[in-house]
Amino acid sequence: MTRFVLRRVLQSAVVLLGVTLVVFLLLQLVPGDPVRVALGTRFDPQTYEALRARAGLDQPLPVQYASYLGHALTGDLGVSFRTGQPVSRIVLDRLPATLSLALTAVVFALLVAFPLGIVAAVRSGSAVDHAARVFSQFGVSVPDFWMGIMGIILFAGVLGWLPPSGYVALTEDPGRWASHVALPAVTVGLVTASILTRFIRSSVLEVLSADYVRTAEAKGLRNRVVILRHVLRNALIPVVTVVAVQLASLLGGVIVIEVLFAWPGIGRLTFDAVQARDYPVLQGAVLLVAALFLLVNLLVDILYARLDPRITVK
Amino acid sequence: MSERTERSEGHERMPSQHRLSERTERSEGHERMPSQHRLSERTERSEGHERMPSQHRMTSGDVVFSVEDLTVTVGTRRGPARAVAGVSWQVRAGETFALVGESGSGKSMTLLAATGLAPRAATVTGRVRLLDTELSALPDDRRRRLRGRHVGFVFQDPMTSLNPVLPVGRQVTEAAEAHLGLTRRAARTRAVELLDLVGIPSAAQRVDAFPHQFSGGMRQRVVIAMALACEPDLLIADEPTTALDVTTQAQIVELVADLQQRLGTAVVWVTHDLGVVAGIADTVAVMYGGRIVEQGPVDAVFDAPTHPYTRALLAARPDPARRGEDLVTIPGAPPSPLDLPPGCAFWPRCPVRADPRCEHELPPLTPVGDGHTVRTFYPGETP
Repeated sequence: MTRFVLRRVLQSAVVLLGVTLVVFLLLQLVPGDPVRVALGTRFDPQTYEALRARAGLDQPLPVQYASYLGHALTGDLGVSFRTGQPVSRIVLDRLPATLSLALTAVVFALLVAFPLGIVAAVRSGSAVDHAARVFSQFGVSVPDFWMGIMGIILFAGVLGWLPPSGYVALTEDPGRWASHVALPAVTVGLVTASILTRFIRSSVLEVLSADYVRTAEAKGLRNRVVILRHVLRNALIPVVTVVAVQLASLLGGVIVIEVLFAWPGIGRLTFDAVQARDYPVLQGAVLLVAALFLLVNLLVDILYARLDPRITVK
Repeated sequence: MSERTERSEGHERMPSQHRLSERTERSEGHERMPSQHRLSERTERSEGHERMPSQHRMTSGDVVFSVEDLTVTVGTRRGPARAVAGVSWQVRAGETFALVGESGSGKSMTLLAATGLAPRAATVTGRVRLLDTELSALPDDRRRRLRGRHVGFVFQDPMTSLNPVLPVGRQVTEAAEAHLGLTRRAARTRAVELLDLVGIPSAAQRVDAFPHQFSGGMRQRVVIAMALACEPDLLIADEPTTALDVTTQAQIVELVADLQQRLGTAVVWVTHDLGVVAGIADTVAVMYGGRIVEQGPVDAVFDAPTHPYTRALLAARPDPARRGEDLVTIPGAPPSPLDLPPGCAFWPRCPVRADPRCEHELPPLTPVGDGHTVRTFYPGETP
C-alpha cells in the first residue's frame, strides 16, 4: 500500500512538472505585456526596462522557466506584478474560500443525488423516477449563473433570508459562514447533483439486474439490506470517479459563480489575474489547481482499491 | 414485532444447528478422505449415465414443496408472454425432482415465480406450498422470510452469482445471520464449517477471501454452502453445472447428491443435461413451451418415454457407442412464448403427429403408468 501511494505520488509529481511547463509556455502566447499593464499608459522607457529586468522578462525563455521552476521548488512562486505580494501567499489565502465552497457544494450534491438516484433506480418508472429525470435535465441544462441570479433575487432580495454575496471565514464565524456559503454552494451543487443523480441511477439500475443481487434476494434478505450491502457497494465504484471529477473541477474554482457571489476563491483570483495579466499569480493559481486535481485523483485511486477487492494494490 | 419473530425463529432452529455442526465435525478429519473417495467413485459411475441404486437415496418423506397449476405471464413490449402455463409438481423430503427442457421452456421461470423471485413484470397465478405454508397466499415480506431460511438456491453461473466485493464467508452466512439471528462471530465459525462441508480446502483461511480468488468450481461450492447455510428443507439448483467444465460438473453433481443424503434435503434440479437427471433424480418433469409434457418417476420416463418431445430429447443424447456419427438433433426451434401454437407447443417440430387434434387442441395430461403422466391424445399406442 505504501509503495502504491509512493508510486502514485511520484507519478503525480511528473504530471505536475508537465503542468508547470505547459502553463509557462501558454502564458508566453498570451498577448499583452504585464509591465505595460503595471505601469499604466504613461511611463518612461527606463523604468520599463528596469522593471522587465527585475522580473527576469529580458532573459531567454528556458532560463526564465528554469529559474521559475527552481524557485517554485522552494515554495517561491514569485511576486504578483500588481501588488508585489508573494504569489504563494496570495494563492494559499484564497484556498479556504474555494475549499469551503467546493466541499459544501459536493456534500449538498451527494445528499441530494444519492437518495434521489437510488430511489429512482429501485422504483424505476415511478413518480420519483420521473421527478429525478426532470430534476437532472433541469440542472444540466439551466446555466448556473442564471440559477445563481435567481437564487439571489429570491433568497436575498424577496425573502431576505440570506446575504446576496460575500464571504466570511469558517474560523471567524461559523454561523455567518454558513449563511454566506449557502447560496453559491447550492447553485453549484445543483448542477453537480443533477449529473450525479443520473449517474447513480444508471449505476444502481445496472447492478440491480446483476445475478448476485438475485442471489441476495434468494437468501430472503430484507430489501434494505439487499440495496445497502449488495447493490450500493457495487454501484458506488463507478460513481466515485464521477464524484471525484466533479470535486476536482469545483476545487479548480467556479469562476462565474465566484465572481457572481463576490467569493474570494481561486476562481475569482484566476479571473482577476487574467484581467491584470498578472502572470505569476495566474501561474500559481493554475499550479495549485493542478496539484489539487492530482491529489483528488490519488485519493480516488486509494479509495478504489478499498471499495473493489479485485483491484490489487502492489 | 418482526424482531421478536426472528429471535424466536432463531431459538427454534438452534437444535438443528447442532445437528449440522455435529455432522460437520464427523465429516472432518479422517472421515473426510473416504467420503471424497466415495465421491469420485460415484462421479465415474454417473458419467456413464447409469442410474444410482435407489438404496443410496433417502426414503421418500413428506411433500416439502408443491406447485399446482402455476401460470406465469410476463408483460413485454410486444405483448404478454406466457412463460409458464398450468404447471404442477411436487417434491418430497430427501427426493430429487428434475425439471428438464430447452432454454426458454419455462423451467427457471417456474421456480423463480414459485418462490417470489419472478421479475416485476410477471403475473403469477396458481398455488405453491412450502411445508405447511401456502406461499402463494402470503404477502411478499412473509414469503421473503421463508426464502433462504427454508429454501436454498444455487444458480447457474457462479462467476456472476456471488457479490464481487464481499468476502465469501460473509456471503455464505448472510442468510443465517438474517434468519437465525446468528452473531457475526458465530456466523464466521459457521461459514468455515459450511465451506469445509462443501469441500473447500483450508476453509478457515479462505473464509475472508473474495470470489475472484476462487475457481469456477470452487465458487459453485461456495454458492452451495451459501444455499445450505440455514439447513433448508428445499434446495433449488437452477442449472448449477451448466457454466462449469465437465470434470467440475461431475464433482458438483456428486457434492449435491452427497449433501442431500447427509442433510435429507429435498432437491429441485433444473437442467437440460439428461445424463445428470438419470444419475440423481427420483422424478422428472419435461417442459416444453411453458408446459409439462411428460412427468413421472425417472426410471419410467427414461425406460418408456411417451411424449414425442421426450423421445426426441432422449434420442438427441450423445451416445458414446455411436462415436463419430452425427449427433441426433431436433429440427426447428422452440416456440416463442409471445406466439405459442394453439394446440401442442411441440406440434410444429413433432416428427410423429399421430393425432390431428394436437395441432389445435391442447392434449390433456394422461396417466400412462404409476405416477407417469404424458400430455397426449394417444396414450399406450407408441408408434
